Amino acid sequence: MKTLILKTASAYLLPVLLVFSVFILLRGHYLPGGGFVGGLIAAIAFVLHAFANGLKNTKGLLQFHPGFLMPVGLGLAFLSGLAPVLGFDDPFMTGLWLPYDVPVLGSVGSALFFDIGVYFVVIGVTLTIIFTISESA
Amino acid sequence: MTQQIILYPLLLQLLLAILLMFFWNKIKAQRVISMVGSAIHLVVSIVVFAYIWNNGTQTLQAGSWEAPFGITFIADTFAITMVLLTSIAGFAVSVFSAGSVISGRLKFGYFPIYHFLLLGLTGAFLTGDIFNLYVWFEIIIISSFVLITIGGEKAQLEGAVKYFTLNFLASMIFLTAIAVLYGLTGSLNMADLANKVAAVENRALVEITAILFLIGFGIKSALFPLYYWLPASYHTPPSAVSAIFGGLLTKVGVYALIRVFTLIFVEDVFLDQILLVLAIFTLFSGALGALVQNNIRKIFSYLIISHIGYMIIGLGMYTEVAIAGGVFYLIHDIMIKTNLFMVSGLIYRIKGSNSMRALGGFYANYPKLSLLIFIPLFSLIGIPPLSGFWPKISLITATFNSESYWSLAAIIFASFLTLVVIAKLWAEVFWKDAQEIPERPRFRYFHKVKNIKRVEMVVPIIFLSLVTLYIGFGAEHVQTLSARIASELMDSQQYIDAVLNNSQITE
Repeated sequence: MKTLILKTASAYLLPVLLVFSVFILLRGHYLPGGGFVGGLIAAIAFVLHAFANGLKNTKGLLQFHPGFLMPVGLGLAFLSGLAPVLGFDDPFMTGLWLPYDVPVLGSVGSALFFDIGVYFVVIGVTLTIIFTISESA
Repeated sequence: MTQQIILYPLLLQLLLAILLMFFWNKIKAQRVISMVGSAIHLVVSIVVFAYIWNNGTQTLQAGSWEAPFGITFIADTFAITMVLLTSIAGFAVSVFSAGSVISGRLKFGYFPIYHFLLLGLTGAFLTGDIFNLYVWFEIIIISSFVLITIGGEKAQLEGAVKYFTLNFLASMIFLTAIAVLYGLTGSLNMADLANKVAAVENRALVEITAILFLIGFGIKSALFPLYYWLPASYHTPPSAVSAIFGGLLTKVGVYALIRVFTLIFVEDVFLDQILLVLAIFTLFSGALGALVQNNIRKIFSYLIISHIGYMIIGLGMYTEVAIAGGVFYLIHDIMIKTNLFMVSGLIYRIKGSNSMRALGGFYANYPKLSLLIFIPLFSLIGIPPLSGFWPKISLITATFNSESYWSLAAIIFASFLTLVVIAKLWAEVFWKDAQEIPERPRFRYFHKVKNIKRVEMVVPIIFLSLVTLYIGFGAEHVQTLSARIASELMDSQQYIDAVLNNSQITE
């Protein structure tokens, strides 16, 4: 799709959507949102960019294969589950929380890192699927 | 840290799978990581097994959420034995994959998915939560769909469609059963369910739920009459994949059946009768199916079905001796079936064919290999000192005790049919004069590949044959183990206390 409006808009939409996806990710612990939805929104940001500017440009923008985000995200989620085992001898996946609130983020705990892991995995999977399909189409 | 020890085999598999994903394009590195990792996993499983053997059942509440509410992991002797067997078979198949699967297949992420499959199996054995069991089953079948389709040959895809459809249906039925159970009792923790299901007044609905579980797990463990997806699909993927499928995937269904019907739905005579009838038909139909096949791997596929019957007969008779026999058979069968599919892969690599009519002269050309293959083949039948013989003693004793002579007849007749099938196979493949098989161009024959590959193909077969010999000649140890498992299974109060009391201590 080569339309000037979409192309111009996508340049502004990409950062806005990414920020929005991070917002959704962070609010997800008690409110609707979370890593999965946030990841989908971030993936949509890149897909929109690919629609407007072509797949090649989006890949250039990303610099690495989106599939790489899958093991990164899985590893992050795995470590967040492992942290209580290694650090405090608590059962796997026990929630660890900082005793004080961090400004902007609110209370920070291992669950947040698990969610960030999910966020990366979802971006990686979605973009890999969509890029593969649009390449072979 | 000691309380966490039961989760180590599971965490190690997850770590391996993630690590392998980082090396997505580097197949050589993947081969090494998978082999070394599986070896470490084997050692860890042995350590955990020894720990459980000495200290009894251990539980762990994941996330520190207490028992009926959170997800419980529990390692009793049965679960940890299955984990140990998974790691033995997993190690052997990992080495065999490195040797026999062509890199065209490996580059699509064979090894990461393979370790996700082992992760799913380990999780399914260790979990104490029925919904979590469903999740592990999903991980298993999703990984197995990928493994069965990698390579994308026409026959493979055809097999995969059948495999996919039936297993997906089984998962849906399983999920429905869980939903009904949750509606009845409001709990998903298996120990908690055991208490609550016994107190439910609507027995008819409980019975229906039990039947739903039976159908769901029955499809997965290839029970009569729901087995036809298995011979249609297991001969299509590379033999390394068939080996892990044949060894463990149907057995996880059997494990779930034994677990659910000794813990949650107990004291149900009607169900036991159904199980016995199904087991007898499974024994017959599998063995008769094997009799008419020509493809070696199809023969082994049908024999898997037939021998599932032995384990279910043990469960159906529902006495301690019978369950001990069934569990012993399960232990023996996992090792044997994994090994036999690797043997079929080796024969395929040597001759370029798996058709019994086309093969021949194996004994004349490869006497040492033939002697090696002799061990799993004749252990399968149960020639006395070898491993298949001992569980049948327990099973036959149990049939006399419970006077179910139909089961006795089925056990003996199915053993006899297995003997006929294997004798026929031995005569055709090993003793018959060598046939001219036209040489296939660009096929990686055994004599053409590098030495290291040949070692990687033969060593796992030797390894599993040694394990089989141990099960045969050290039958006393395995019998002690299965007797202990059976007594733990029959006394479900112990399991329930381990899960529910443990959480009260941590309060």
